[in-house]
Amino acid sequence: MYPFQYHRPANLAEATALLGKLGEGKALAGGQTLIAAMKLRLAQPSDLVDLGGIAELSGIRADGDAIVIGALTRHADVAASAEVGKRIPALARLAGSIGDRQVRAAGTLGGSIANNDPAADYPAGVLGLGATVVTSRRSIAADDFFSGLYETALEPGELIKSVSFPVPQRAGYAKFANPASRFALIGVFVCQEKSGAVRVAVTGGGNGVFRSAELEKALAASFTPAAAAAVKLSADGFSGDLHASPEYRAHLVSVMAGRAVAAALG
Amino acid sequence: MNVKLSLTVNGKAVAAEVDPRTLLVQFLREHLRLTGTHVGCDTGQCGACTIHLDGRAVKSCNLLAVQAQGAEVTTIEGLAAPNGDMHPMQAAFKECHGLQCGFCTPGMVMSATALLKDNPKPTEEQIRAGLDGNFCRCTGYHNIVKAVQSCAAGS
Ligand SMILES: Cc1cc2nc3c(=O)[nH]c(=O)nc-3n(C[C@H](O)[C@H](O)[C@H](O)COP(=O)(O)OP(=O)(O)OC[C@H]3O[C@@H](n4cnc5c(N)ncnc54)[C@H](O)[C@@H]3O)c2cc1C
Ligand code: FES
Ligand code: FES
Repeated sequence: MYPFQYHRPANLAEATALLGKLGEGKALAGGQTLIAAMKLRLAQPSDLVDLGGIAELSGIRADGDAIVIGALTRHADVAASAEVGKRIPALARLAGSIGDRQVRAAGTLGGSIANNDPAADYPAGVLGLGATVVTSRRSIAADDFFSGLYETALEPGELIKSVSFPVPQRAGYAKFANPASRFALIGVFVCQEKSGAVRVAVTGGGNGVFRSAELEKALAASFTPAAAAAVKLSADGFSGDLHASPEYRAHLVSVMAGRAVAAALG
Repeated sequence: MNVKLSLTVNGKAVAAEVDPRTLLVQFLREHLRLTGTHVGCDTGQCGACTIHLDGRAVKSCNLLAVQAQGAEVTTIEGLAAPNGDMHPMQAAFKECHGLQCGFCTPGMVMSATALLKDNPKPTEEQIRAGLDGNFCRCTGYHNIVKAVQSCAAGS
């Protein structure tokens, strides 16, 4: 790991001010991705701004028809939250399926979506539920937030404060986990909004989380596992690697979508 | 620039100045000489370095020491009673022969105690899922699971 200067601001204003004036500064949340990248010298920030001391970034609260989760909230706390479990159980289950117990005790919602790993779980939940990402500068709709492989709409020095998840009529998440890392080989989040509109987000395809228009159309017509499983996606745009071919990943999308709908229907 | 760090480790207050690059596991092993916490992979995969940070099992190779500022840390050395009596989980691992070479054992025991804190009566499936973040290259997990079951039954 290359040397860096360490900062531990006590509040968000101090953190954004620091990031504003530090050239190659980076925020540190749970460290579950960033520390590994720094060990490998893939990331070499001049400064680390540790968000760990900022209490206002953690916590889960109901806000009318939405649940607002602070960026620094650990995966384990979302998984165990009674509020999330009652109103968006699919999101609690998604958080409980990330990595392993130790990773869930350290990793955070903000870190996961800022990193936007193409096989990560939270991006599917955020996009699938049509959530809003609230930053130190603005509110960003999920549809505008994830912009590609490890890319987001965040500007340099912009910090995620929280994510606001609208409570859906029903939602479900199913993932075919890589047995070693538990990252998604394919993960599908399906959601039927209060209005009846259907959103389907797919992670693990290889090029970043995306919405599937084919699945949304099929499920809007009939919100059933059979309708999801009947959709056949082209393998174009899916990546192939030693874990799975593009064809296998495309096939898994329909299978996982079917399971996610079954989970949503309870 | 070094950073002032103060925290509690196994019930004792600890103050130090560290290079911020110091990993928590390095701090425990090299600065405090608590070498019961092992390093198996150094990449956050194997769980040999598992400790409790404010009561939760985490991988200490995947955290900076400075992230434990003000925290309560418990390592395998802190589990036994002050008179040396083994923690019930340690006793169960011994009784059920839940180890062979012993390399993974400190991490297994730290994960297993955290698991029972959250879920005092887990099913076998829940134990296996709960120890997902810990690898053992010797035992085939069978006796480790038995040890956790035996500890849960005894408590
Ligand atoms: C063994 C292992 C298994 C895993 N398995 C899975 C899995 O199955 N599914 C899955 O989805 N993930 C998995 N992960 C990743 C895990 O979920 C991480 O928690 C997550 O990727 C990063 O969160 P973090 O809080 O640790 O962020 P950090 O590592 O601290 O930061 C990651 C990035 O986000 C930036 N950042 C952090 N917080 C903010 C913020 N508030 N605003 C702006 N930028 C911010 C940082 O600057 C950095 O660039 C796994 C990780 C490990 C080590
Ligand atoms: S040494 Fe930390 S997880 Fe392997
Ligand atoms: S006992 Fe040897 S690695 Fe587990």
